[in-house]
Amino acid sequence: MFRRTLLGTAAVALGLSLAGAAFAQDKLKVGFIYVGPVGDGGWTYQHDQGRLAVEAEFGDKVETVFQENVPEGADAERVLTQMALGGADIIFTTSFGYMDQTNAVAAKFPDVKFEHATGFKREHPNVSTYDARFYEGRAVMGTIAGHMTKSGKIGYIGSFPIPEVIQGINSSFIHAKKINPDVTISVVWAYTWFDPAKEADAAKALIEQGVDVILQHTDSTAPLAEAAKTPGVIGFGQASDMTEYKPSPRVSAIIDNWAPYYIKRVGALLDGTYEQSAAWEGIAGGEVEIGEITDAVPAEVKAAAEKMRDDIAAGTYHPFTGPINKQDGSVWLADGVVAQDGELAGMNFYVEGITGDIPQ
Amino acid sequence: MELFGGINPAVLIASLMVAAVPILLAAIGELVVEKAGVLNLGVEGMMIMGAICGFVAAVESGSPLVGFIGGALGAAALSLIFAFLTQVLLANQVATGLALTLFGLGLSSLIGQGYVGIKPPLTGEVPFGPLADIPVIGTILFQHDWMVYASIAVIAAVWAVLRYTRTGLIIRAVGESHDAAHALGYKVIRIRVLAIMFGGAMAGLGGAYISLVRVPQWTDGITAGAGWIALAIVVFASWKPWRVLVGAYLFGGITVLQLNLQAAGARIPVEYLSMSPYLITILVLVIMSADKSRAALNAPAALGRNFHASR
Repeated sequence: MFRRTLLGTAAVALGLSLAGAAFAQDKLKVGFIYVGPVGDGGWTYQHDQGRLAVEAEFGDKVETVFQENVPEGADAERVLTQMALGGADIIFTTSFGYMDQTNAVAAKFPDVKFEHATGFKREHPNVSTYDARFYEGRAVMGTIAGHMTKSGKIGYIGSFPIPEVIQGINSSFIHAKKINPDVTISVVWAYTWFDPAKEADAAKALIEQGVDVILQHTDSTAPLAEAAKTPGVIGFGQASDMTEYKPSPRVSAIIDNWAPYYIKRVGALLDGTYEQSAAWEGIAGGEVEIGEITDAVPAEVKAAAEKMRDDIAAGTYHPFTGPINKQDGSVWLADGVVAQDGELAGMNFYVEGITGDIPQ
Repeated sequence: MELFGGINPAVLIASLMVAAVPILLAAIGELVVEKAGVLNLGVEGMMIMGAICGFVAAVESGSPLVGFIGGALGAAALSLIFAFLTQVLLANQVATGLALTLFGLGLSSLIGQGYVGIKPPLTGEVPFGPLADIPVIGTILFQHDWMVYASIAVIAAVWAVLRYTRTGLIIRAVGESHDAAHALGYKVIRIRVLAIMFGGAMAGLGGAYISLVRVPQWTDGITAGAGWIALAIVVFASWKPWRVLVGAYLFGGITVLQLNLQAAGARIPVEYLSMSPYLITILVLVIMSADKSRAALNAPAALGRNFHASR
């Protein structure tokens, strides 16, 4: 008797959940997994702006859900599974460290579309990747840094030693060095995307070493707040504009604009034209924007930076154009040769002139 | 005087003193709580409540001092929830403490919604005039904001009160044997509630120091685990106030040193540098607890045990 009741209950529950699923079909459910809090003022904030843009664009046709502060690693798999079971039709996983988890969960839910940011693994037909050419923005920052540094030392707060960050370090250094051949770069690995106290300490350590231009690849505004304490030190907004530190120390910014991509992909899924893809847009595509260059930098520096930006946007200049040697002095790109996307996506070496080793 | 091609020891010591203030304050507060026989694992939650309440109070009033007071009050108010649950309703202290951390993280995020991206009023250095210009010593001792000095003063005060005053004796008595203290006529619950509030206020000050001075801004999750380190430091210090100072400076020092070593280009793999603060903490904990009889002697005997007068 008890057993029958149990089965009956299960059947009713199943029926309800099926009904729920059918009901959910009316709206396209779009999920987002964030590595930090929405209020980080940087990386996650920008992804959330993209989510809001999707809602604004499609209104009643979509429903968005998000989960913030999801640790990279095994926990992400649990959250992803939960979201997929919760009826999400497409899930954007917005950090590099979700790469394996995204692919693992995608195998279990072939009908759910997965979109992984900044990664390169597409093991299943329902996994797409998307990234932005942040190194293009770094070329502009590097140009400003080369002009602005008085000590000849620029600092870079690295998050994790992954290709995206190494591209940024190399691009910044190459372009600073083009302006000032004596420039050196100190890299501090924070091993975090978001830890304001640690980021502030890293910035402080760099400033104590004589660095007067700080580039950050971590997501909070803490390095800028630290830079603000020492006159003459400048930095850049990362991922978001970080306008509250204008006009100095924040003299410009690399802004990630994910909204066009999110709208495009969700739109494609709505009208049935969705296909697996590997997107990698930059300044030209509008995914990477250069924040306003403030009056804290001289007009000619601003002009040089804007020219760099416009050349990259027009496609007349590629930030990784030879001659460029690797750190050990061997030739990477011969004179005039432009780096291939495949090489960049797996970049795991410093260019000539950068000291120190990349943690393996 | 330079180490590793460019690290100035005086600057390093000065920055470790600043880096250690939040964990120092939170740990000394927790020390008093544990001395009174209560284990409050909600330090992280109280710290982050202090961070947001202090931030809001400082931004709204324009005064860092009001901010610090607000932070202490906010966290003390949160700790009252813990006190009510564990002292009046006799809930399990470990579970309640953990819940307090989760609650504090969520509540702070809610309160902080409208405060992202705002700069708080600046907490200035204490003007020591010419003293600040003395080489080395001036850099280490006389170029800080007043909270750095206040944190050391709190350590000295807690040490003196616990060791030399009747109040200290009562707190310790309650922590060692609440039944005996009760038999002597002391209000065990009331004393513990006051100790918990003191612990909350100190954790709140530590949290406010993070959001007002060290990282002058508000972002969700700003304390990033500092409360857990403060808890470890209390054990590390074997419940002795001055050892809390040593523990906090050691931890703060290694954290700052590892970043400085990277910035100075030391050829030590980053992974080792990053794990070094935690490795040293574990190492010292092992050494401290190697002598079991002494370690056990130092822990308050009634730690974590609830008290009810009927027993």
